[in-house]
Amino acid sequence: MKLALSVNGATHEVDVEPETPLLWVLRDTIGLTGTKYGCGIAECGACMIHLDGQATKACNLNAAAAVGKKIVTIEGLSKDRSHPVQKAWIEHTVPQCGYCQSGQIMSAAALLQKNPKPTDRQIDEAMAGNICRCGTYLQIREAIHAAAKTGA
Amino acid sequence: MTMVNVSRRSFITSAVAAGGGLMLGFHVPVAQAAGLVNADASKAPADGVEINAWLTIDPKGVVTVRTPHTEMGQGGMTSVAQLVAEELNVPWKDVRAMLADAHRHVNRGQEYRDMSTGSSNLVRNRHPHIMQAGASARERLREAAAQKWGVPRAQVKAEQGMLSAGSNKASYGEFASAAANVKLAEEPKIKAYGDWWLLGKDVPRMDVAVKVDGSAIYPIDVRVPGMVYAAVKACPTPGGRVKSFDASAASARPGVVAVIELKQTKDKLANSDLRSAIAVVADSFYRAKTALDLVKIEWDHGPGATMSFAAMDKQAVQLMSTDAKHVEEVRGDPRPILAADAKALKSEFMRPYEAHAPMCPPAALAHVTKERVDIWSFTQDVAALLRLTANQAGRETKDVYVHATYQGGAFGLGNAVDLPRQAVELSKQLGKPVKVIWTREEDTAQTRSRPPVWAHFEASLDEKGLPKAMLSRAVAEPNVPAYADRGIANIPYRIPNYRYERHVAASHMPVGPNRAPGSNSNGFLMEQFIDEMALAGGWDPLEWRLKMTEGNERWQRVLLKMKEVCGFTTKLPRGQGMGIAVVESHGATVGVCASVEVTRRGSLAIDKIAVVSNTGYVINPRAAHEQVRGCVAWELSHVLYGGLDIRDGRVNNLNFNGYKMLRLPDMPQVESHFAMSQDNWWGGFGETAGPPLPPALANAIFFATRKRIRSTPILKHDLSWA
Repeated sequence: MKLALSVNGATHEVDVEPETPLLWVLRDTIGLTGTKYGCGIAECGACMIHLDGQATKACNLNAAAAVGKKIVTIEGLSKDRSHPVQKAWIEHTVPQCGYCQSGQIMSAAALLQKNPKPTDRQIDEAMAGNICRCGTYLQIREAIHAAAKTGA
Repeated sequence: MTMVNVSRRSFITSAVAAGGGLMLGFHVPVAQAAGLVNADASKAPADGVEINAWLTIDPKGVVTVRTPHTEMGQGGMTSVAQLVAEELNVPWKDVRAMLADAHRHVNRGQEYRDMSTGSSNLVRNRHPHIMQAGASARERLREAAAQKWGVPRAQVKAEQGMLSAGSNKASYGEFASAAANVKLAEEPKIKAYGDWWLLGKDVPRMDVAVKVDGSAIYPIDVRVPGMVYAAVKACPTPGGRVKSFDASAASARPGVVAVIELKQTKDKLANSDLRSAIAVVADSFYRAKTALDLVKIEWDHGPGATMSFAAMDKQAVQLMSTDAKHVEEVRGDPRPILAADAKALKSEFMRPYEAHAPMCPPAALAHVTKERVDIWSFTQDVAALLRLTANQAGRETKDVYVHATYQGGAFGLGNAVDLPRQAVELSKQLGKPVKVIWTREEDTAQTRSRPPVWAHFEASLDEKGLPKAMLSRAVAEPNVPAYADRGIANIPYRIPNYRYERHVAASHMPVGPNRAPGSNSNGFLMEQFIDEMALAGGWDPLEWRLKMTEGNERWQRVLLKMKEVCGFTTKLPRGQGMGIAVVESHGATVGVCASVEVTRRGSLAIDKIAVVSNTGYVINPRAAHEQVRGCVAWELSHVLYGGLDIRDGRVNNLNFNGYKMLRLPDMPQVESHFAMSQDNWWGGFGETAGPPLPPALANAIFFATRKRIRSTPILKHDLSWA
């Protein structure tokens, strides 16, 4: 089935089964591999994207359900790593293996969009859906506070 | 179920931010790292000149260091660059890093010596030859300048990328070509600790920028023209095989290219031998995965079909009260003393199987053609991957090319799976590039997990309350039983009569290394019994450890630092507790002090984890502190929530809904301190702060609740107290 998806400001015509999770359409059909597969059951948050500005797990969303909505992936967050969250992530050397960080960054960016000065508890709530096996959680918390200071 | 609720009363003072070291300017070698995949490392980058296998220098003096080891999150890429830059003496802003070429290494006399990554070996054991590569390049630059300027080499200075002698001055870049042809009569010695200018200083890891915009490439991300995708399923019971299968429904699905049975050729499987499995190949991974669910597979579940962890645990508990055949008579004979002591302490502990669950599910892409074989894969050793690929493809190593990628975590699993063989075999059969991805469920089902371990301890105390005799009897699983010995057979505590024994309990489950193998689980057993002995003898646990390790400089240094910075006390009101533990592994002696609160109803809050590391030396304090925090998180996942649920011979909690991981809200404050011996031995940081965490936490919970935690996961226990 042909679907038109708006991803990072561009429209992509894709021919997939409508129930295909958006994650695999982004990665395998469109070729945007920054959005990661980690569990496939919306537990780990490696596939976090923005759907009409809301942090959304792409592994748990049918491609057909994303038609007509604005999809932003890690590749579309900024052109040059200039989003305040990305800058804070570099400054605080947050990533270790780095695999979960696209999802972490998308969750953090969505949080700061809604709440420019989050408390620790609000950061906890917003980031609880993202697992990091390297254990970069403290750096993530510090970087979100830093990004909040510079104005995300 | 007990809930974790992390208190923030004492909010974090970042050890990283508080570090006193020189903070060098942030330089992130974006272009090099982003061009990692498909870069042919056998060619010099851009217009750089190769001085030796390890580095090139371009006309502007930019040095590109080739890292033979895998970057899987522990910062190895940066460590190699830093070790080379120290000797070469170039400004850090001019240093780039890229992953080295396994094809060249394997086919040209192993010029990197060893490309494996693990056991915290990189800085610990390989710094001499890595620094040597930098020193050799520096001396050849000096010699080239000396010849041109007509002065002795001793008069040529090489500092911060510049060569100079009297009024002569030139950049390294100007002499790179000449230096490449210099042969030294004698290779230089590497620098001693006191002469370092860059090692010991904070440098930001070099692989960070590409990991904030989705451009870092992991094996699962690689795309090549004409590729197809494969989903695979091996027998959920390890050791089982495909008896028969019906692929008719799967084959009829759109996009399906083939359904292929991967045949197992060996009866006794080593780590990476190909197992019996079914693969569905399709034009997208989602189509392959959903079609695989439609293949009706009848399994011969093999000899492990009825095994359960509960039955294994029962056997282990029975074994613990009997003499074992494997014996190490460390000192004296504790048995007559223990037999004569009616008040002898007796205690037992257990830790279960755990999976690695790296965030990037294992994936490999292979392309087998008449001319050559190309592979991108989950691995911790690109040279071993190359040889394995050649073996599976039936080709010579000169025809095999390994393309380096970042690894999305590995933690010991990276060399232990048959995944690259699956990709090679499928590509060989289909004549197309094939990317195999293990689902999270397949990863957990087919993992070579961290082995379980049990231990029974007995001790007899003297009139001072110190142990005069101790017996430790471990129960291991059968595949790597020696993991059970680590930190139990060899203890630093000078007990006059000490004996170690080891049993083996039956299991068919495959196991392998997992971040600080052996030590990771054993610390929980031994260091809790140490506290039990100290308290039974009326000793403070920290003073006991100081007393029993007298003369052991590494341990004394850690314990004295803990005494100085942790504020450890046993005098807290009920409901609060501090616990300590020290474990030596991978060359490092590391102590942890955990502070907890437990409510009467049994809700646990971890207020703070303080870590004191003695690795001898530290080359990049900032990266080391980051690893300490990571190791704490790693062990917290397993000690709080972990444990593989093994019934019917298979793992049943296959994904993160059943196999829980630590998340940000439960991550406690971590303070990281160093207590370095600096006496010419080196330890590692990639895995060594983990092992003392579980026992320190359990000891803290004991002081808060007076309940001794004898097994993990901790949150399965009732922590309520009255």
